[in-house]
Amino acid sequence: MEYLNIIFQESYKILFLLVPVLVSVAMIVWLDRRVWAFVQKRQGPNVVGPFGLLQSLADALKYIFKEIIIPASSNKVIFILAPVITMTLALIAWAVIPFGLEQVLADINVGILYIFAVSSLGVYGIIMGGWASNSKYPFLGAIRSAAQMVSYEVSIGIIIINVLLCVGSLNLNDIVVAQKEMWFVIPLFPMFVIFFISSLAETNRPPFDLPEAEAELVAGYQTEYSGMMYAMFWLGEYANILLMCALGSILFLGGWLSPIDLYPFNLIPGALWLIFKILFLFILFALVKAIVPRYRYDQLMRLGWKIFLPLSLIYVVLTASYLFYFNLLPTI
Amino acid sequence: MIAHAIFFYVFSVIAVVSAIMVTVSKNTVHSVFFLILDFISISCLFIMIGAEFLGMIMLIVYVGAVAVLFLFVVMMLNVAQQKNQWFVSKDSSRHIPIGLLISVIIFFELIIVIGGWKYKPDLFNSAKSSLENGVSNTHSLGQVLYTDYIHVFQISGMILLIAMIGAIVLTFRQREGVKKQSYLKQISRERIESVEVLEVASNKGVKIDD
Repeated sequence: MEYLNIIFQESYKILFLLVPVLVSVAMIVWLDRRVWAFVQKRQGPNVVGPFGLLQSLADALKYIFKEIIIPASSNKVIFILAPVITMTLALIAWAVIPFGLEQVLADINVGILYIFAVSSLGVYGIIMGGWASNSKYPFLGAIRSAAQMVSYEVSIGIIIINVLLCVGSLNLNDIVVAQKEMWFVIPLFPMFVIFFISSLAETNRPPFDLPEAEAELVAGYQTEYSGMMYAMFWLGEYANILLMCALGSILFLGGWLSPIDLYPFNLIPGALWLIFKILFLFILFALVKAIVPRYRYDQLMRLGWKIFLPLSLIYVVLTASYLFYFNLLPTI
Repeated sequence: MIAHAIFFYVFSVIAVVSAIMVTVSKNTVHSVFFLILDFISISCLFIMIGAEFLGMIMLIVYVGAVAVLFLFVVMMLNVAQQKNQWFVSKDSSRHIPIGLLISVIIFFELIIVIGGWKYKPDLFNSAKSSLENGVSNTHSLGQVLYTDYIHVFQISGMILLIAMIGAIVLTFRQREGVKKQSYLKQISRERIESVEVLEVASNKGVKIDD
């Protein structure tokens, strides 16, 4: 009976986290399209609901009523598993994101490694979808994305090491609390820029959306998908983007801390600050999508391996020597 | 404790079954997927015994990077052709004795490793005591690696570095006649050196590519 009680409580908490995440994913798609349209002097979706807010809902309804087509020569089990895995991985990472000192589903002491592991698993949804479709375009897209995500993960990992050197703990709440004096974006500003660009590549966002480059690969790994299965890929992708924004704001922008520790700002709950920061980063993501043209594949690889990796490694040495010389290394 | 036991048996059954499926399944890509499932359930087992750092590193390194490269290679192979050569023909039974021999050797090595606890009980005790101090196992692992075993740690890093350099040297080839983009050259191009106004004599033309 006690077990059942615990299970009930936990699933209540999980629902309370996941439903807002899914709703905000739908809203963020609308925001993305609006910002994109704004840059290009268009209106964007503005018909369904006030300001077109319900556009994503209408889209979802359309996807539900579309037929799911499974190609005859595809590997059916893996074909169906791929969007499920993408979606699941995009959602389970939210378990460790802290919205306040106590407001976290699982306060595990390797939180940052958990997020890093889950985001590195994200490539499987794409590879499986691309391979199981048994078609040329999805396969080429899957291979591109595998190489792309593995290469940019390396620099993200080293950037995380930079932050961890200043914190001395792998717990996400400790990382946030360590920024009470100064957000890490100030001492580690170059790393913040590299992290932002790498997370664009990690989530296959423009200008690094080579896996789904429509001009050359139709829709990349999503070519053979239709209906709700396509929508799941799409939801998982946007949930991943939100997750990378959340990770960026926790690592560099002080997570749920308010920018100034003064009276009127203190009243706003930490969760709201985190949401503001996520939104700020997401608008940057959307602006980049509207402004920057797509990279060529060899340029992408050059940027990842020859520029970001050495730069972040040099910065690790700099950070470590600075902390060591001025005796600022965090104690356990 | 019951829930703990249930999860342990679930994960270990998945691990064992998927390890068997890696060797049994006929499609090479399927065996890589089973290998990934095996890695994931083993990392769950690591987390269950309180070694959460090892479990996460297992996920990041093996599942996130190594298995992706496995898949990368296996997907490039022509699986249909492979089926004929390795799994259907009579030749396949030739590999069984060698495979059995190797697995027996690995089995005995594992027994020796586990038996090692008995000959060096202090190792086991030190590992246990650091956990009981209230220090998380990430910290104690770091302390052990970077203080007591720093030289071994660095030597293993050097060995990996040498292996990496060796692999790069073996596969590196400089091809002739490949046009490469030089960013520095492109950016530093001036108008004066790239555009030239020529007087073209009638019926004679000019040579441009010199």
